[in-house]
Amino acid sequence: MGKNIKITINGEVVEINEGTSILDAAHQVGVIIPTLCYHKDLCVAGNCRVCVVEVAGQKRLSPSCATPCEDGMEIYTNSVKVRNSRKHIIELLLSEHNADCTRCYKNGKCELQKLASDYKVMTDDFIPLVPFKHYTIDMFSPSIIKDDSKCIRCQRCVRTCAELQGVNALTVAYKGDQMKITTFFEKAMNEVVCTNCGQCIIHCPTGALVERNYIEEVWAAITDKTKHVIVQTAPAVRVALGEELGFEVGTRITGKMVAALKRLGFDTVMDTDFTADLTIMEEGTELLSRLKRALVDHDPEVKLPMATSCSPGWIKYIEHMYPDYLGHLSTCKSPQQMFGALAKTYYAQARNLRPENIVSVSIMPCTAKKFEANRPEMHDSGYRDVDYVLTTRELAIMIKQAGIDFMKLNDMKFDRLMGESTGAGVIFGATGGVMEAALRTAYELVTGREVPFEGLNILPVRGMEGVKEASVLIEKPLKEWSFLDGVTLKCVIAHGLVNAKKVMDSVISGEVNYHFIEIMACPGGCLGGGGQPIPTSPEIRAKRAAAIYAEDTGMPLRKSHVNPEVLKIYNDFLIKPLGEKSHHLLHTTYTARKRY
Amino acid sequence: METNYQLKRADFIFKNENDWKEVLKKNINRPPHELINELISSELKGRGGAGFPTGLKWKLSAEVKSDIKYVICNADEGEPGTFKDREILSLVPFKVLTAMAICGHVVGAKEGYIYLRGEYFFLKPELNKAISEFEHYCKEINLDFTIRIFMGSGAYICGEETALFESMEGKRGEPRNKPPYPAISGYMNKPTVINNVETLAHAYTIFTYGAKRFYDLGVQYSRGTKLFSVSGDTPKPGIYELELGMSLTDFVNDFGDGDTKAVQVGGASGFLVPRKRFAETTIGYEGKLIGISLPTGGSMMLFNSSRSMFNVLDNYLEFFREESCGQCTPCRVGCQQLLKGIKAVKTGEKNAQHLDKLLRLAETMQFTAKCGLGQSVANSFSSIVENFREEMIY
Amino acid sequence: MNTSATLVKNLADQYGRSRNNLLPILQGVVEQEKYLSESSMIEIARELDIPASEVYGTATFYSFLEHKKMGRYIIRICKTITCSMKGKNQVLLAIQDMLKIDVGETTPDGTFSLLQTNCLGFCHKAPTMLINNDVYTDLTPEKVRGILSQYLTKNKEGGQDGN
Repeated sequence: MGKNIKITINGEVVEINEGTSILDAAHQVGVIIPTLCYHKDLCVAGNCRVCVVEVAGQKRLSPSCATPCEDGMEIYTNSVKVRNSRKHIIELLLSEHNADCTRCYKNGKCELQKLASDYKVMTDDFIPLVPFKHYTIDMFSPSIIKDDSKCIRCQRCVRTCAELQGVNALTVAYKGDQMKITTFFEKAMNEVVCTNCGQCIIHCPTGALVERNYIEEVWAAITDKTKHVIVQTAPAVRVALGEELGFEVGTRITGKMVAALKRLGFDTVMDTDFTADLTIMEEGTELLSRLKRALVDHDPEVKLPMATSCSPGWIKYIEHMYPDYLGHLSTCKSPQQMFGALAKTYYAQARNLRPENIVSVSIMPCTAKKFEANRPEMHDSGYRDVDYVLTTRELAIMIKQAGIDFMKLNDMKFDRLMGESTGAGVIFGATGGVMEAALRTAYELVTGREVPFEGLNILPVRGMEGVKEASVLIEKPLKEWSFLDGVTLKCVIAHGLVNAKKVMDSVISGEVNYHFIEIMACPGGCLGGGGQPIPTSPEIRAKRAAAIYAEDTGMPLRKSHVNPEVLKIYNDFLIKPLGEKSHHLLHTTYTARKRY
Repeated sequence: METNYQLKRADFIFKNENDWKEVLKKNINRPPHELINELISSELKGRGGAGFPTGLKWKLSAEVKSDIKYVICNADEGEPGTFKDREILSLVPFKVLTAMAICGHVVGAKEGYIYLRGEYFFLKPELNKAISEFEHYCKEINLDFTIRIFMGSGAYICGEETALFESMEGKRGEPRNKPPYPAISGYMNKPTVINNVETLAHAYTIFTYGAKRFYDLGVQYSRGTKLFSVSGDTPKPGIYELELGMSLTDFVNDFGDGDTKAVQVGGASGFLVPRKRFAETTIGYEGKLIGISLPTGGSMMLFNSSRSMFNVLDNYLEFFREESCGQCTPCRVGCQQLLKGIKAVKTGEKNAQHLDKLLRLAETMQFTAKCGLGQSVANSFSSIVENFREEMIY
Repeated sequence: MNTSATLVKNLADQYGRSRNNLLPILQGVVEQEKYLSESSMIEIARELDIPASEVYGTATFYSFLEHKKMGRYIIRICKTITCSMKGKNQVLLAIQDMLKIDVGETTPDGTFSLLQTNCLGFCHKAPTMLINNDVYTDLTPEKVRGILSQYLTKNKEGGQDGN
């Protein structure tokens, strides 16, 4: 960064690093400037013009997000000129926007609505433009609904899809009054290369991009007395749901969430963490068996590195972008789908329920899970394994609809059989978590000793670096794993699909030799998922991650292979990892898809 | 041609009296600082419309350290009523190429581009022929400078310099945030000098005859000559080289049809001057009414009393509505509101006071739009609505 | 490989495969095929290793890069101020009457497409139009009928394109 310079903001002298944007400088001294196209996760666009400020001596106003401070600048953020212009711009955006706010899914959560409210836009000077545009709503994706009539062309979604995800499902097309956010040849979202990750949704300021919600369907199932409704909750939900219900970012509300789900009327409330632990058993065993085939059998067919398969956004990404490398994916289903397959088999048998009467619901930080549950192969129980996927946000809506005073709830515990979890299952919600959980278990299976990291905390795999590498030297393994003696297990972790591309390209080029790859589609991992509370930012994700690791540390059991319910299911039902039943219920196949 | 010269006609640009090879050879053997000073002392300002001092532009780019720099000739002449750059490129292309190469010598650039609008595709073969002859000579005199034509594809906004860079980089022609400015970070984020075709032709004149010859023409702040594209209700539409600083009365006396009601100075993004203000209006970079505005230069459209100013404004706004890049709110939505707004007033759906709201909106567009296009819509809008308000209503 | 794919590959060989070359390649396809089809855009994306959506987003920005099927001769009549003042509408009516198509349409035999465009830079010779890359100025209804007749004759004779 450059030298320190002095500027004044609304008369107050501020010392600041040269090159700091006016917006950042103002925020540092407690002056709030409204923004729309600006987002901390994204490059600066400077196109909405809501954040304009007046710089003394200049006739034109400057976009504070895109204007670097210069020494001696006199900045006014609330002059008459600024207020009038800003209000005009908000009015213009509203004239182009389908402002049918009371019927909007984002009602109360819309950044444009908030600006209209803050600036008291109460006139209708401008002519509504929406009736001239012949918009249609794209509802073809099982995950994402795109309604152009609510789009304000801030391009946050386009930048998200390109910069964070490298997917480019969305693009800006045409110019002038025809300019719009669309896909290749304006196809429906389900027909283009889209991973359903939902990052566009959590970066959209309005209701133009929202999740396809299944709230009414779930209410109907709960109300139907003939149905036994089982719900599972993903690890990342418990560190974020509170944000929607009045808690500070980073508050853990696991017990209240369970209580709320019971009050909502779910018959059984269990935990995806359980199948996260189970995933570790299956995936860890799969990794070791691949290593054995490679190192002992010298099987040329074995695919290493092996990549995790928990993130359905990542799965669809690799199916589109690297269809020749699907063999590198672990065949393990995601914890959600393992849970679904077991709910209608193992759980049904144990509780003497007819699987056709079970409705299986999952609460996920994710919109891609909606697509995953909808995949045709996910019927291994003989039924659709997961019937409805709700995002963290949808659950919050249901809790509010039911009139539950969330803050006053007493903590409750998950129901048994598939409700027990360990800290290893919890950290699935953060980038690096699957890797850490896998290492905790695999290292111990191989050596009989705990991973050589203090307090089981494998710090190199944690944190928000886009690509993280870690290696673990295996020494003095148990006799059965002697072929791993002296092997340094090389791992890499990526989150955000743009980082997935980096890792895949380096693997393909052969410049690195990893054994195990963890990839999560969303920045920060599931805690930053497309189904999580809005807004998101690096700071918010860091707080959620801290909460996840606190949850892990606070648990009595922190290794997947010691989860008593995991031990029980192998004993009673699955027999052994990668066994016949596992193969049938817990593993899956992938589909090569079109790159273009 | 008429002989009543109230206007000072000049003939530099299209006169081919000297050998471009001599001019090139002479000037690339002069030190860059001397050439910059020559250009600065001529007070040549950009002829694309924005009027930035050309010498300063070259100087800024020359001062930046970079292995790669570019010289770009902006031939994306798209302003309604402007057609002089086409004529320069078809009649005296070597003047432009020579000035580009001299600029390359001054700033330390080895690559030049001509961004030619798609509508002028027919110029490309002849221009390419000229370029190969030019490059051949450059090799002869050991000058390392190449020139390529980059074709546009029908987007007015690409005349905006940063939109032009985006377009050359294979992207949508959307203007960038400034700073950084092109002299520091332009095409491919390298220091770039971008000059209008006519500016380069004038630079050639200056490097041929010296700065004084140019400086002595025109008036204070507006030195030299300028090409004017004259169209509309005039008996003699065409391209004319005139000294800057003329009064609009003189211009209309010479070019009007005897019934001139108003003159649009500077194209759709310029100003409409009504008859009652001809006398007080001079054409130049300074004056009571500055008639030149980005991104045009020298468009003069005359309207006689048979023309409806509502139709004129309607036509301009249709143009801007389509040609806005669409990225920034004030320009994208503002143009639609201005257009729909004047129609609504005309049909009575909105009352006449709506025009005042639109004038304030135009002002906001001027203050807040991202680039010159959106900022300058207010020029024609306000000058037409303020001067011909009754025509907007009835 | 279909013809589009071959064309795109040749253009990429000619201009190069960096993003900078996208416009020349798009223009090259339009020059040959008059418009950018879905498959040609996909081929371009593949050759340049860029997302297809970006190709689409870029192409649709430029009004000369059509992405709907166009006729062999694309008429672009200038609708900007001076041409409008000087009788563009009469000329346009003459074309519509002769070809029996509206603006935005293509004759059923695929010979002509009719479009309007913004300022062509011949305001002193208004009204004007482009047919493919050729400029026609000082148009009148009679003159434009004559020009189109020549194209029709040329087309019947199966002659060269008007370029």
